[in-house]
Amino acid sequence: MRDVAVISWAQSPMVGDAGALNEVELIMPVVQKALADAGLESVQDVDFTCSGSCDYLQGASFAFVSGVDALGAVPPIKESHVEMDAAWALYEAWLKIQMGQADSALVYGFAKSSPGDLPSVLSLQLDPYYLAPLWPDSISLAGLQARAMLDAGVISETDMAEVVVRSRGNARNNANAQLAGDVTIDELLAQPMYVSPLRKHDCCPVSDGASAMVICTVEKARALGHPYAVIKGIDHRIESNNLGARDLTRSVSTEQAAAAAGVAQGPVDIAELHAPFSHQEIILERALGLSEDTRVNLSGGVLAGNLMMAAGLDRIGEVAMRICAGEAGRGVAHATSGACLQQNMVVVLEAE
Amino acid sequence: MSQTSPDVLSQRFELGFTYTRSTGPVVGHFLTALKNKQLVGNRGSDGRVYVPPAEYDPVTAEALQDYVELGDTGIVQSWVWVNEPRAKHLMDKPFAFAQVVIDGADVPMLHMVDAGSESAMSTGMPVKLRWAETTRGHITDIACFEPV
Amino acid sequence: MSEDKTGITMMDAPIYLDYNFTAGSATSRFLHGLKQGVLIGQRCPGCDAVYVPARGSCARCGVATGEDVVLSDKATVESFTIVYIPIPGNPIKPPYIIANVVPDGANISFIHLISECNNEDVRIGQRVQAVWKPESEWTYAMDNIIYFKPIDEADIDPEQIGR
Repeated sequence: MRDVAVISWAQSPMVGDAGALNEVELIMPVVQKALADAGLESVQDVDFTCSGSCDYLQGASFAFVSGVDALGAVPPIKESHVEMDAAWALYEAWLKIQMGQADSALVYGFAKSSPGDLPSVLSLQLDPYYLAPLWPDSISLAGLQARAMLDAGVISETDMAEVVVRSRGNARNNANAQLAGDVTIDELLAQPMYVSPLRKHDCCPVSDGASAMVICTVEKARALGHPYAVIKGIDHRIESNNLGARDLTRSVSTEQAAAAAGVAQGPVDIAELHAPFSHQEIILERALGLSEDTRVNLSGGVLAGNLMMAAGLDRIGEVAMRICAGEAGRGVAHATSGACLQQNMVVVLEAE
Repeated sequence: MSQTSPDVLSQRFELGFTYTRSTGPVVGHFLTALKNKQLVGNRGSDGRVYVPPAEYDPVTAEALQDYVELGDTGIVQSWVWVNEPRAKHLMDKPFAFAQVVIDGADVPMLHMVDAGSESAMSTGMPVKLRWAETTRGHITDIACFEPV
Repeated sequence: MSEDKTGITMMDAPIYLDYNFTAGSATSRFLHGLKQGVLIGQRCPGCDAVYVPARGSCARCGVATGEDVVLSDKATVESFTIVYIPIPGNPIKPPYIIANVVPDGANISFIHLISECNNEDVRIGQRVQAVWKPESEWTYAMDNIIYFKPIDEADIDPEQIGR
């Protein structure tokens, strides 16, 4: 396996409504910043570009094609796209580097989720015969999962509120966060139910924005002379699309990906978990086998701002940048996709 | 020239995907039974009964066919209370989405429960299927479930 | 109820989603221009290319195109095709011409109709000008221009179109 380095990551502010900005206008600043932070002048200086997005979010078919306008793709570049979170675009770029077909890559993800009703749009991920016609929104499905956990006694409402308290608190140090502040468990538990058993704060907000990252071989990273974090393990697994066939109280796919990525092969200083709902952070901590010593979601996680289709990449970026800054030696990033944590990626990052 | 930002121009629109899907034999069998107001499941490799029937076993990927006719009552395994239905939801009053284990089945199915209020919902409660006024071979032939 | 033995093999699965499209700031400026009867492009600070309608970036350089440029409504035909097939929902009766036209002052084309001519006479390099709807009917839409029509100016060398 070739060691691959994360050398830069840029994220736009996560906002509830990016207003007048179109996708190109959202993407361009983060792509330019990621390239500049990597010491590169333009997209022509990387060997491969891959993006993650979903046209259903803004209802503009093939929006990712126009997204290329943000890059400066003249002369033509080697480019690809996944209709998924950009963490999976990173995986494709990582594979490209493993294959020796590239030494460096730009990865970006973007979403303008505000034009539609995101929780309803996400029901299109479900079985098109049995489920999608009923429009089970993403919040309701997560609620079924939370209820199953509460009924099984594996979490309490207080546990869920604790996750939110920590997210809001940590997010005060995240300039891009959409939701941050000092809240107490009692205040949160006094809030009314939203989609019972979930309160509104148990659910990630809908956010507009974009993120971009530059990765390259360790040799190239050394040549560029920037601090970098090395991807030491990366794996992703998916579970059945049949929600009823899954044990929703745990995440088998995360457990498998964690084992394959080698999470347990060293101490985990920090972790960034892509948990769009408070109870899912607890599922993930358990699936990853994190101990009390691991500092989780120092950014606030996606409860503080959820750039759909970039939030998974953001988790990797958050861990990588903290390693680059010397705040941690080894960290774990997690990305998810689908209803109730259906598909999960685990990435282990280390300082050189 | 000056770069004053103009008013944001926006336009509401509806995007329609007017697809007709092939059902395949398993889903077709289930929908045909629904049209006749009969709930049908099938048996997985481990003997567990799925309803709606699974085309392939989620664990072994074996093609599944062993159909089982089921009644119209079940037990709520998990549920959420949708106090403010979204525009796309099929009910325009508060309702529950629930995982319902149909009597005689093992794997829960997702559908709606028309219970009137959250206080009428509880895990483990018995429910009964309410058929739509007309059935046509569609998952919405099941209008919802209701408390027994 | 008598049992219907007709097996279901197909299922209607229409999906309708409601969105609120936002034009973006660059495109909004273009549409505000159209409302005033003016074509507005944007210039790249890097390579000086002028885009119309601008999406806010230079596709070549990958940088923001900040500077608005007022363009002429005279243009040059860069390419064209004669459409003989009726398109469902399109009120225009075939045969008609759609063309890539490059407005004077811009470096890229947009697509519009060409009319008031013999279809056989349309050619690359031909000079054309916008025919606008009456001012009272102007909205934030491209069809404020009904079509482009040929004008009595010398053809442009195809190599020089949009340069």
